[in-house]
Amino acid sequence: MAGVADRRAVIAGIGLSDYPHTPHLDTLAHHGLAIRRALDDSGISKADVDGLMCVGTYGVDDATTMAELLGVRHRWLDGTAVGGSVFELYVQHAAAAIEHGDCDTVLITYGSDLLSAQGRTLGTRLYTSGARQAGSLQFEMPYGCPLIGNYAMAARRHMFQYGTTSEHLARVAVDARTNASLNPHAMYREPISVDDVMRSRLIADPLHLLDCCVISDGGGAIVMTTAERAVDLRQQPVAVLGAATAQTHWNISQMPDFTTTAAATCGPEAFARAGVTVGDVDTLHLYDSFTITVLLLLEDLGFCPKGEGGRFVEEHRLTFDGSLPTNSDGGGLSSCHPGMRGIFLLIEAVRQLRGQAEAVQVPNCEVAVACGSGGFLSCMSTVVLGKGIR
Amino acid sequence: MHEHGGARQGDPVSDIPVEGRVLPIANSCTRPFWEATARNELLVQWCDECASAQFYPAPLCRLCGGEPGWFTASGLGTVYTFTIVRQNRTPPFDALGPYIVAMIEMNEGPRMMTNLIDCSLDDVRIGMRVEVVFADPVDAIVLPFWRPLTEPTI
Repeated sequence: MAGVADRRAVIAGIGLSDYPHTPHLDTLAHHGLAIRRALDDSGISKADVDGLMCVGTYGVDDATTMAELLGVRHRWLDGTAVGGSVFELYVQHAAAAIEHGDCDTVLITYGSDLLSAQGRTLGTRLYTSGARQAGSLQFEMPYGCPLIGNYAMAARRHMFQYGTTSEHLARVAVDARTNASLNPHAMYREPISVDDVMRSRLIADPLHLLDCCVISDGGGAIVMTTAERAVDLRQQPVAVLGAATAQTHWNISQMPDFTTTAAATCGPEAFARAGVTVGDVDTLHLYDSFTITVLLLLEDLGFCPKGEGGRFVEEHRLTFDGSLPTNSDGGGLSSCHPGMRGIFLLIEAVRQLRGQAEAVQVPNCEVAVACGSGGFLSCMSTVVLGKGIR
Repeated sequence: MHEHGGARQGDPVSDIPVEGRVLPIANSCTRPFWEATARNELLVQWCDECASAQFYPAPLCRLCGGEPGWFTASGLGTVYTFTIVRQNRTPPFDALGPYIVAMIEMNEGPRMMTNLIDCSLDDVRIGMRVEVVFADPVDAIVLPFWRPLTEPTI
């Protein structure tokens, strides 16, 4: 490519704030810590950031407010909101913008003090406020279905159609905990058994307490730039090989098939764009809001046929040293979930590809896949990342 | 005993606690639906152009983009999936014992979220036949609920 700038998009920097429980940090403090660490990790200065991506509360940490707070004079801005998978979508959008030349260096940032500010109630309360509901949720909110109920109904239907069992779901939680046991920051590190999951109390049948992700504080930031710019930066660049997003519904009552998510569309599309198959994937980073989410994503991404997810997790360990290393940081199920987990999937994938995952490092990690789930199994986004620039 | 099961025929049920729930604010799409439930009638949108039913209501047909009209649904359906909610910290649900949230697949095709009532937690099943019933009005809003259908024994 002599004489032509290599504008292929790469991830050049990553940063985590502190987690899981940080009462001394509020949302903006999480942003600040994560951003400083990501910029420092990359060696890029804030002044070079000309693209900004942030989803947050209007007036607190939405994209335009953050641009002002950070003093980022952006040429390109994106504050799209699709739920917790938004950070995979951001990488997709940022890669396109960088390759197109709309901007050179994009900062993606996330911060949340969910646990310290609101406690552990995200999944077990109604997710609207006020006595009246104007929007499409006016057909759901009157019936008192908390967030976990949406996933429970997907799990129930999967059990009905495919014979999936609570023991199958429990396996996902057990393997996540094994990974978390090696993460000094993880919220829960004590190993658990299938029996422990089964004996934990039912929250919304068939999901037990230990089928649910934790609620934590936390934040993360990612710096993306061109392959050309990344050559003389601090870290080995991680290439965005392919990315795709798809949506089947927003509110759960409109989900066409409660056993199939839009990852069945955007997963294969991202893999095709990257020129890889499931057999090439060294580490997998799946949004594990609940154990059923992981089962659906394994099927939809093509790691096993539809309906076989339960038997798949019976036969394959998802631990860092298992046959399909998944969520090596312990995932949302055991480590960190401050409301939107998508950015942590990407950051752990980058750690693996750089060989910086320490105790849970997967040997020779060349290809990592992050798949986010946004909303209520609604808007899914898949990113295929590769080690170095090829 | 409720063999008709039709929306108009469903007996109003007075013992469903509706007070304190998040209630709808009707908009241009949904007003006909809520006006109909107030008459104990279940309306679903129908698109003549592509001959399909849809719920919840939208300004256009989600399949073909046509302009949907309305028709009165049979008020009969089956349980597509369900959960038993055992923990909800939002009033008034925090004060209830475990209750059933279900997705009903109406005979006409579209699905609707509801609480399955008059049904023991042990009896609820996917595929169970159900019929609509209407609660008493609260703030002029009548919520539809669904309950198991007792098949006629002829």
